[in-house]
Amino acid sequence: MSILPFAGRFDPARLFAFKGGVHPETRKFLTAECEIEEMPLPALIRVPLQQHIGVEAEPLVERGDEVLKGQLIGKARGPVSANIHAPTSGRVIAVGHFTAPHPSGLPVPTVTIRPDGRDEWGPRLPRLRPENATPQDIAAQVAEAGIVGMGGATFPSAVKLNLRTKYDLHTLVINAAECEPYLTCDDRLMRERAEEIADGAGIMAKALGVKEIIVAIEANKPQAIEAMSRHKRVLDFAMKIKTVPTQYPMGSEKHLVKTLTGQETPARALTAELGVVVHNAATAHAVHLAVRYGEPSISRVVTVSGRGVARPANVRALIGTPVADLLAHCGGLVEDPERLLLGGPMMGLPIQNMRVPIVKGTNGVLALTPAESRDQDTMPCIRCGLCVQVCPMGLTPFELNTRIEAGDLEGAARVGLLDCINCGCCSFTCPSNRPLVQTIQYARGKLAEQESRKHQQEQAKRLAEARTARLEAIAEAKRAAMAKRKAEMAAKKKREAEAQANAGTTQSGETVK
Amino acid sequence: MLSAIASMTAMGAGLGLALGVAARKFHVETPPIVDEVEALLPGTNCGQCGYPGCRAGAEALADGSAPVTLCPPGGRDLALELADILGVDAGAGGDLDGIEEAEQLVAFIFEDHCTGCTKCFKRCPTDAIVGANRQIHTVITDACIGCDACIEVCPTEAIIHRPKPRTLRNWYWDRPTAEADGDTRLSA
Repeated sequence: MSILPFAGRFDPARLFAFKGGVHPETRKFLTAECEIEEMPLPALIRVPLQQHIGVEAEPLVERGDEVLKGQLIGKARGPVSANIHAPTSGRVIAVGHFTAPHPSGLPVPTVTIRPDGRDEWGPRLPRLRPENATPQDIAAQVAEAGIVGMGGATFPSAVKLNLRTKYDLHTLVINAAECEPYLTCDDRLMRERAEEIADGAGIMAKALGVKEIIVAIEANKPQAIEAMSRHKRVLDFAMKIKTVPTQYPMGSEKHLVKTLTGQETPARALTAELGVVVHNAATAHAVHLAVRYGEPSISRVVTVSGRGVARPANVRALIGTPVADLLAHCGGLVEDPERLLLGGPMMGLPIQNMRVPIVKGTNGVLALTPAESRDQDTMPCIRCGLCVQVCPMGLTPFELNTRIEAGDLEGAARVGLLDCINCGCCSFTCPSNRPLVQTIQYARGKLAEQESRKHQQEQAKRLAEARTARLEAIAEAKRAAMAKRKAEMAAKKKREAEAQANAGTTQSGETVK
Repeated sequence: MLSAIASMTAMGAGLGLALGVAARKFHVETPPIVDEVEALLPGTNCGQCGYPGCRAGAEALADGSAPVTLCPPGGRDLALELADILGVDAGAGGDLDGIEEAEQLVAFIFEDHCTGCTKCFKRCPTDAIVGANRQIHTVITDACIGCDACIEVCPTEAIIHRPKPRTLRNWYWDRPTAEADGDTRLSA
């Protein structure tokens, strides 16, 4: 019997997705069967004005203002920024700074709203019929609705939809890989709202002007795959559902594109160079709501999970809901969590303060117990090379670390420090528990700081030169003014003298008469 | 009167001539390295090195009486460049490590104490202070090089140095320590 009949059955991409990667325990069973539930209105809502990559939004409300649900409260500033809307109706009780949902705990401009309980909608955005809307209209509507990448990167989606002007695009990929352990929000959304996600994908395809849509779902979500497979055509676009292997970091857009097309994205370039644009499934759902119903991005599905939570769940919560309220809705904490994370366990951000709000990019709130966390006794590197094997970017994490520890950041940059995607596979796999990715993150920040300092020095020099030039110009102007005054004085004196002399002569003339 | 004019003219001409001759005769050639070093220095004449201005600092560097790490606004990169020009071994010296760790300082004005006298505003070498007469002044931290010029002139001692405030934009993770006391793990 020949093996030929099997040849067509196996998609090579499914067998060999990308080099490296790890297979962490997914622990999605905690919430995978939990239907998305609506979260009741919290007592306070804190909406940060920076929930996206780029420039923070400009507040449009003041303390004491009454706002309605969906009202614009923060206006995008500059090309890479996003609008912020009021998640519910109520009174603005503060426009100031509040702790950011970020490991630094630094303050971020925040609008605090006390909901009035009526949850009353203000005027929605005008609805669009995507069938006869132009790509520009759709992109403008998405920008107006303040939609950002909801997989966690929080890049303004409208900017990505406008890539058609710069690149020749042919495929829209809907990223529903959801490779992070624990998270099930996209899985549930696809199972329950497959049609809406498909419609959103079609709308985005129309805006991008692509020919086909591929929905990429990891093989560990069969129900989601089945639900999405019912939609083969949306808005005249063919939609393909592709099952990709369960492998972390499949959700990284470069790796997803590599798996689907076999092509590698150039270093530090966009996948658009290959003609592919990747959007998250939750983003597609938000686009559907914004275009069909004129609803801005004011809520999202969050997976609340981890053994530290009494009742793990998938919750549709308003943007700005405090993490503490979300946890309380899920029965509270059963024990003091070892780690409290926003996002998944691999790349999520640890937070210290439970009062921080969830934002557009928060896909999970995890309370992990000590049993779910790894022990942290760091041991010396044994040069086993496991980190090199698992690095999906093809870097050598141990070498990067050695260089960073020796203070050679430029050397680390030469061997690919800036190509690291912070996926954490190296730290995950390290048998010595070395903080590899953490050191790399530190080094990237440090390098960026050094660059900015260098830039600042050049600026300072320029400023000092400008100042010297200005002072000289002022002195010169003063001298010129002085000289002019002197000349005028002299001229005046001369005129006076002449006038006097003339008067003298006429007088004498008169006397002669 | 004529004699006075004549004597003054003679004196002026004579002394001028003497000065001119002296300038030629006792001319001191500045080593070209001083110019080269001065071009590298920030040129803000802030005085943090302890010398009166960047030129004097450059001279001190050139004759070896000052270390290459003298310029705090220049930081580590400048020290490396200076070491390169002056042929000093900077890599092995422990002094470079010291400067690398030095935190960047910027001026900060306590608004309660500011009287709006504009003295600091006039002195700032990089125009990093904004304000006007009888208005509270403030510092543009991005333009501030952390020199002492404003602190010296403030009549109400309302200006201090403080580390450059961290923002979400320039924040980054601390270096993970070997003792692992921070949150440096991954779960799962």
